[in-house]
Amino acid sequence: MDLVVDWGQVHALLGENGAGKSTLMNVVYGLVRPDSGEIIFDGKPVQIKGPLDAIKLGIGMVHQHFMLIPPLTVAENIVLGNEVANAGVVDLDEASKKVDELSRRFHLEVNPRERIADLSVGIQQRVEILKALYRGARLLILDEPTAVLTPQEIRGLFEVVRALTAEGKAVIFITHKLAEVMEIANSITVMRRGKVVATTSPAEATPADLARMMVGRPVLLRVDKKPAEPGKGILAIDDLVVMDDRHHVAVDHLSLDVRAGEIVGVAGVEGNGQNELVEALMGLRPIRGGAVRIEGSDISHATTHEHLRSGLGLIPPDRHRMGVVLELSVADNLVLDDHDHPPFARWFIRQFDAIRDYANKLIKTFDIRVQGPDQPVSSLSGGNQQKLVVARELGTLPKLLIAGQPTRGVDVGSIEFIHRQLVSERDKGLAVLLVSSELDEVLSLSDRVAVIYRGKLVAVLDAKDADRDRIGLLMAGAA
Amino acid sequence: MSSRVTRWAFNAVLVPLVSVLSGFLVGAIAIVAAGADPTQAYLALFQGAFTNHNAFAETLVSTTPYALLGLAVALGFRAGLFNIGAEGQFYIGSLTGIFVAYSIHGLPAVIEIPLGLLAGMAGGALWASIAGALKARFGAHEVITTIMLNYVSFQVASYLVDTPGRMLAPHVSTPRTPDADPNAILPIILSGSRLHLGFIVALLMVPAVWFLIERTTIGFRLRAVGFNQGAARTAGISVGWTIVLTMALSGALAGLAGIVQVLGVNFHMTDTVAAGYGFDAIAVALLARSNPWGVLPAAFLFGALHNGASFMQLQTQVSADLISIVQALVIIFVAAPSIVAFLLRLRRAPAETVAITQRGVDTPAA
Repeated sequence: MDLVVDWGQVHALLGENGAGKSTLMNVVYGLVRPDSGEIIFDGKPVQIKGPLDAIKLGIGMVHQHFMLIPPLTVAENIVLGNEVANAGVVDLDEASKKVDELSRRFHLEVNPRERIADLSVGIQQRVEILKALYRGARLLILDEPTAVLTPQEIRGLFEVVRALTAEGKAVIFITHKLAEVMEIANSITVMRRGKVVATTSPAEATPADLARMMVGRPVLLRVDKKPAEPGKGILAIDDLVVMDDRHHVAVDHLSLDVRAGEIVGVAGVEGNGQNELVEALMGLRPIRGGAVRIEGSDISHATTHEHLRSGLGLIPPDRHRMGVVLELSVADNLVLDDHDHPPFARWFIRQFDAIRDYANKLIKTFDIRVQGPDQPVSSLSGGNQQKLVVARELGTLPKLLIAGQPTRGVDVGSIEFIHRQLVSERDKGLAVLLVSSELDEVLSLSDRVAVIYRGKLVAVLDAKDADRDRIGLLMAGAA
Repeated sequence: MSSRVTRWAFNAVLVPLVSVLSGFLVGAIAIVAAGADPTQAYLALFQGAFTNHNAFAETLVSTTPYALLGLAVALGFRAGLFNIGAEGQFYIGSLTGIFVAYSIHGLPAVIEIPLGLLAGMAGGALWASIAGALKARFGAHEVITTIMLNYVSFQVASYLVDTPGRMLAPHVSTPRTPDADPNAILPIILSGSRLHLGFIVALLMVPAVWFLIERTTIGFRLRAVGFNQGAARTAGISVGWTIVLTMALSGALAGLAGIVQVLGVNFHMTDTVAAGYGFDAIAVALLARSNPWGVLPAAFLFGALHNGASFMQLQTQVSADLISIVQALVIIFVAAPSIVAFLLRLRRAPAETVAITQRGVDTPAA
């Protein structure tokens, strides 16, 4: 495959999860050795054997997960490995001065003396970019840089990117979000299954074109749905208080209702108590205060098993940690919740005919692409694993579905499918609590949008009043 | 599909087989270093294990505790639990079992034998579930707790066996418990040998444990917890309860091993009845790759080594301790399958390393 990036340009690398974007960039940054082919940088073929070679050439990379040391200051993090030293003593004043200079030049306002631990994610990302620039990066690779940002922070990032290219630097922008590509990129390379399928530009292609190239077939970008017809109340969360693992308040006196036949979306930047909320609602995390009721009956202190029995379904936010057992088969995973109930077990004996029949039924209904029910889940793609989780949870015909990050790390085709499933189950009367840090997902699916910030609900809006900017501000705690 | 079968064959058959052979090969170096002839030593080992008078039956006698203990450890492994305490559970099971077996009188064997065995299982199960409960409730790591409980069980056994008014038999020269009631003793199944009913019990436990793991809801839960506690918990499975139950089942098998040894071979208990069986069992389970069916050949190997070692020492002056070295080497090879993969690769032609320079551009116009 070929990829050509010019100076002074933003080159978007677009593709689904697993299309090979990150692998390709890890090759450029020297983290992965290529099997064959060559890299030409600044007109000369180069050998990049490790990140040090890449840095020397002027290639910088900002990873999806930041590589910063939280207790150290901004300046310390930036100069780490490249310390300006006088007789072995790090000259932090000199370092701070250099950092200040760089941050002014590229509109990357940060205070070099602050500790990373005290900074927001958006600012931490700036520090990562500064770190690369400090080391003389002329080509900057940003790996899914917007995944953790609020809409306002994304706008700030785009300004920085424009300032960088204005100075003649090149930026490779890895993403799977079409709107961002249309806004920021000068040229676009679309990848699918490890191959470049198209090289184009925002002027030549529409978002629908791009989606089709990414997936290999036409994709419905909007979720078609009719207005909700909410019925009786199903879930009532009343003044809920939940602690996180460090015993700090994670969910702070939160109240929210979900009725039958509606999707209530919880929007928020990741880490604002969403995971703790979901876990508490499923009995996976103790409730410190308040109450949770299902159709009026209190389940605040019930076990997870009792939650599942009383008609709750859960799509856990972290598929690999909580959703599937990779080593077990598709069929075993599909009956994970119900493995000890008839018809899947009689006394203590598992009934494999019933399990396999049921699995085959769900595989068909939910379009899970597998060779058969006995295949281990580890060999499925992320999208099919997630469809399996959705199938398991909807297969028990719950009254309430708690959907935590239901499409994280999932290909566009599966996202489309899962969204349609959620809407069609809603139309049949399912109550859905959708918790997602993908604002687009919340906005396109929800009938009502609740915004969570530091564990508190800062607003509950009707879908028609939920405008992107307003919610973005609420997510940042600025309203 | 065929690649899955190949990988299974590699992991379950080839790795253990090559590990055993490599263990013997490296062990031969140790024999040479000690100034003896490895061929003769291994020949004597073979004779002592199989061809001498009653040797084969004796090997099966030694196989019995290894098999039951190997099953105990393998069962724990399947739930992600490292039960180092099989030795201690073996002791406690022997104690509770023999207590019942010498206390009951006058009942038919079909009642007394099961009573004794059940008592041994119950003792081992209770003892092991202490470690399970500590893990489930407080997160105490079972490796630490089972090792520590081993020490406790040794001292408990030696206190009970050595103390008059507890379990010490009257009028004996070396401290031991009274003999089991004759009707509680496991009958010999091969006349002229010491091979007892316990061997059949061990053989029956192999499919039983396999069935438990692969066919029951308990086994399913145990495996789900072993693979991914988070997903199991999210699916409403009680992780804590599963851990306690698994440890109890594992301990029951270890306790059964203990009481089978007592009622089949010794008929009473001294304070040194186990002598390391429980630790070798970890090796048996590793060699079996935690598969109940694999436990049988692995236990047989260990039984044969155990049984042949003394004859080898007698014949060739190669210390029986050499067998420990061979056993340890086997486990090192099993624990690092990549060593075996490496050894096997050396024997093949160098892998195809033709570099294909692919510079074509796959661009169907959008």
